[in-house]
Amino acid sequence: MGEGELKLLGMWASPYVIRVRIVLNQKGLKYEYFEEDLTNKSELLLKCNPIHKKVPVLIHNDRPICESSVILQYIDEAWSESGPSVLPTDPYEHAMARFWAVYIDDKMRSTLLGILGATTEEAKAVKITEAMSMLELLEEAFKKCSKGKPFFGGDTIGFLDVTLGSSLTWFKTIENLSEQKLLDETKFPELVEWAERFLSADCAKEVMPEVQKIEEYITVLKARSAAAAVASSK
Amino acid sequence: MEAEEMELFGIWSSPYVLRVIWALNIKKIKYKYIEEDLNNKSNLLLHYNPVYKKVPVLVYKGKPICESMIIVEFIEETWKNDSIFPKDPYEKAKARFLAKFVEDKLSPPMWRFFTTKGKDQEEAYESFTDYLAILERELEGKEFFGGENIGFVDILLGCMSYVVPIYEEITDFEIITKEKFPLLHAWMQAFLSSDIVRDNLPPRDELLYRYRKIREAFLSKDN
Repeated sequence: MGEGELKLLGMWASPYVIRVRIVLNQKGLKYEYFEEDLTNKSELLLKCNPIHKKVPVLIHNDRPICESSVILQYIDEAWSESGPSVLPTDPYEHAMARFWAVYIDDKMRSTLLGILGATTEEAKAVKITEAMSMLELLEEAFKKCSKGKPFFGGDTIGFLDVTLGSSLTWFKTIENLSEQKLLDETKFPELVEWAERFLSADCAKEVMPEVQKIEEYITVLKARSAAAAVASSK
Repeated sequence: MEAEEMELFGIWSSPYVLRVIWALNIKKIKYKYIEEDLNNKSNLLLHYNPVYKKVPVLVYKGKPICESMIIVEFIEETWKNDSIFPKDPYEKAKARFLAKFVEDKLSPPMWRFFTTKGKDQEEAYESFTDYLAILERELEGKEFFGGENIGFVDILLGCMSYVVPIYEEITDFEIITKEKFPLLHAWMQAFLSSDIVRDNLPPRDELLYRYRKIREAFLSKDN
C-alpha cells in the first residue's frame, strides 16, 4: 500500500500543513512540496480540492486527500508498517487523542485570533482567560495521555502532539504582540517542557516557521484585510 | 458482553445521539440507555463530559468517549464485525472527508435556512442546495454512501432523512424531491426503512412540535 509518489500542496505558515509535514518526516516519507500562494491558488489545488480550495492537500499516486486530520489518519493507515504510529493503537486512547485534537482545533484558532484582534482591553482579557482555561485542560490532558512519557503520543510525536505543536510559533508570536505570557512555566510546567521537546525534535525543527516570519505575515494579513474593508465600503 | 458494560447518555431528540445508536445497532451491541434532562444535567454526565457537558456520551467499561463522530470511530475500531468503514485506506479517507464536509459545510446553512426567512433564508437555501448536489453525485451507482450497506457517511448524514421532511412541512419549502435530487430522495427512503434505523427514530409528532417552537423562537427574536 505505502509506496508510490507523494506530493503535498501547502503554505509555510499554516499549522494544518505543518502538522502533515512533521508526520511525513517522522515516517521517513519522501515527498515533493508545492508552496501555494493562497491569493492566487494553483490549478492543481483547485482541481484536487474543489470543495474547500484549501491546503493541505496530500496527493498519493495522483489521488488527492484533503483535510489535515483525514490526511494524518490516511498516512497512519497507508504506512502502518513504516515508522511509529501516528495515532494510538488502543481504540480508547485513539478516541482520547481525537477528542483533544478536535478541542484544540475548535478553540485554539478563535482564541488566539481573538487576543490578536481584540479592540479593547476588556475583550482581550476575556480571550486571555479563555486561553488560560484551555491550557489548564491541556496540561491535565498531557499528564493523562503521556503517562509519564515525553509526548502526548508516548515515546514519539503523534497526532495530538502535531495538532497542538504546529501552532506553537503562532502562540509565541501572539504572546509577543499582545505582551502577555500564555504558556507560563509556573502554571503549565508539563506543557512548557513538552513544547521544548517538540520544537527540538528532528521531524519538527525544519518545518516550524520562525516567530519573526509569522509577525511579518500577520502584518501582511492585517494590511490585506484593511484594504479589502476599504474596497468593499466604496 | 453485558449491556451494563456499555452505557449511552443521550436525549430523545438529538441527531448526534442517534448516530451512536445506529452504529451500535450495526454492530449488534447491547447497551443501557440513559435519558438526560439538559436543563438539569446529571452528575454522571458532568463527570463523564466535563469539557462540553453534552450528549452523546458513550461509557464503555467505565471509560467515557464523547463527540458523536469520535464515538462512531471508536465503535468501529473496537468491534470488528459489520464494518462501518471501507477497508481500503483511500476509500476510508474519502468517507472521512465527506463526513467532515457534511458536518462543517452542510449543517450550518441548513440550520440557517430553517431559522430565518426572506432573503436570509433564500441565500441559505442556495448554499446548501449546492452542497446537496455534491452529495447527489457521490451516490451515483450506489444505494448508500457506504455502497450496499449503511456506512459512516450514511450515519453522519442520516438525521437529514427525517429532519428534511419536517423542515419541508414547517417552512412549506421543497428541499429534497424526486425531481431535484432523485438519488438523495431514494437514499432517504432506503435509510429510513433499513433495519438499524426504522425502529430507532424520534417520534415524528413530538419532533414536529419541537422544531415548530424552535423556528418560532428564532423568528420572533428577529422582530
